[in-house]
Amino acid sequence: MLSNHPTLEHIFRRAGWYFVTFLVAITINFFLPRLGDANPVDTILAKVSAGLDSASAKAKEEAYLKEFNLVELDATGNVKRDARGKPVRTSLGRQFINYLGMSVRLDLGSSILQHPKRVSEIIKTALPWTLALQLPTIVFGWLLGNLLGALAAYKRGVFDRVLYPLALLASAIPAFCFGMLLVYVLGIRLEWFPAVGGYDDGLTPEVSWAFFQSASYYYVLPFLSVFLIVVGGQAIGMRSMCIYELGSDYVKYAKLLGIKERQILFYMFRNAMLPQLTGLALALGTMTSGALITEMIFSYPGLGMAVLTAIQGSDYPLITGCTLLVTICVLIANFSVDVLIGFLDPRIRAAQLGK
Amino acid sequence: MKLLKTLLGSGSFAFGMGLFLLTLLSALLGPLLLHVDVSTRVGLAYLAPSSSHWLGTDHLGLDMVSLLISGLRSSLYVGFLAGTVATTVGTSIGLYGGYKGGLIDDVLTLSTNLFLVIPSLIVLILLSASIENGRSLTLIALIIGCTTWTWSARAVRAQAVSLRNRDHVALARINGYGTFGIVLFHIMPYLLSYIFMVFILQMATGILCEASLSMLGLGPYDSVSLGKILNEAKTNEALTDGAWWAFAPALVLITTIVFSLYVINTSLEGVFNPRLRK
Repeated sequence: MLSNHPTLEHIFRRAGWYFVTFLVAITINFFLPRLGDANPVDTILAKVSAGLDSASAKAKEEAYLKEFNLVELDATGNVKRDARGKPVRTSLGRQFINYLGMSVRLDLGSSILQHPKRVSEIIKTALPWTLALQLPTIVFGWLLGNLLGALAAYKRGVFDRVLYPLALLASAIPAFCFGMLLVYVLGIRLEWFPAVGGYDDGLTPEVSWAFFQSASYYYVLPFLSVFLIVVGGQAIGMRSMCIYELGSDYVKYAKLLGIKERQILFYMFRNAMLPQLTGLALALGTMTSGALITEMIFSYPGLGMAVLTAIQGSDYPLITGCTLLVTICVLIANFSVDVLIGFLDPRIRAAQLGK
Repeated sequence: MKLLKTLLGSGSFAFGMGLFLLTLLSALLGPLLLHVDVSTRVGLAYLAPSSSHWLGTDHLGLDMVSLLISGLRSSLYVGFLAGTVATTVGTSIGLYGGYKGGLIDDVLTLSTNLFLVIPSLIVLILLSASIENGRSLTLIALIIGCTTWTWSARAVRAQAVSLRNRDHVALARINGYGTFGIVLFHIMPYLLSYIFMVFILQMATGILCEASLSMLGLGPYDSVSLGKILNEAKTNEALTDGAWWAFAPALVLITTIVFSLYVINTSLEGVFNPRLRK
């Protein structure tokens, strides 16, 4: 049945591939933090029992041990202890299986720093900020960058000579450098825009005009800092792509036929766009990580800030929760681009039909 | 020689290379010409630039010029080491898979693509967070090298595949060269310029990754790096205090290094790929 729907087959194939990638990502997320000398399990225990009297420390410790299935339980559900009263550890394999089960249920455990609070709860408040900052920025930046790049390749001359070095510079400035510069110059020196935070102190996130106004005012600087870099990077890629297309036979032929410039430009744009689309998928990963640092510089209340506070406090459940979520977001974004390519690229259809 | 002439003839290559050599020279000669000391307090916190301390002091009262020079040294060191590791790993996997084809190639491509999609900064964060003690500059550079090789493996593989069926490779095979001989002596020489470009970009990536990690507070414990200077400035309110000298020079240095590397890369692309020339 599938062989009659090449696009559908392509999508299913990719979906399967991304599922495998997801499994690998989860595995990495579990094992990497356990590689080093600062074993999260020990850190969790040390953190939990610090500054508490022994009875409540023990209760809290047991709660964590049970939650992450770090110890053997006896038949009644109590923590098994050895002769010296130390909890008996579960094997790494059992821990992993439990972790897999928790991840699939999207249960990420509870945070250490903000104790009874669930990690998923913290992420739920942070995620909308990150998405609101990154999605429009990356999509619009990508579109504008491609447009400028194509124009620069087609026009050459002064336009190219001004745009190209600027784009190169914009793409070379690390996101955090540009962000710090914006904070200092536009935020602190000139006081045009609020330098740090996501909204006015007195407000609470809600659906209201006042909150929206305040949030969009705070949005300007972080948006700019990511946007210009995306535009620069994409413009450079599109420019060299288009120069390549301009030298190709079909453009020469179209010119000989006397087809209107705008029509040729359109053909060229469409052909150069596909590799750029794949490029977008790949760039998403780097962009997300770049934006994490940007958020941190602007103290923007998104995932980047959550990761930062988690790292500073060795809050392992929160760190791995955030990294897992970012990975999942990147995978979903990549998958969507892949699906889009399946619909747009006639070669994929042709290749699948040809088999 | 002719290649060098063409390279220097292209203005942007000379510009990029000059800029990069300038940073390299100041990193190498800085400690010889100036008194570099990053552990002695020379004054109050955030002293403004003066004739005795050209770029003032940081939040601890350490001399900024000294900090910047040693930061520059660490950043370049990370760049070289991470770039070398990433290029070696990526090129080996790409060349071998691309030439061999078949099942080995499939497995290598699959794993490359896997790690290409999983953001390397995430892997870096997880790894660095787990190594709380002994996170030295060298270790960080090695970790960065081992996580950022993916795209160069992919790029080199594509090039190696196009060379696989060339006549001279077939000839070498008939003459009894083994896989390694062919890859090393009959395929790699054709890709040297390409591999060099990959190395340049991997270096830039390495420097950026180290700075990002340091910004997150996961920097090296044993040395000053440009990212660490920025992190300290940010956490110690240099921005709100208006102490621009505590972060602006480091910003300029990182951007200069990365920008010069990008310029070198694009100008090399122009030289090696005649189509991009006008």
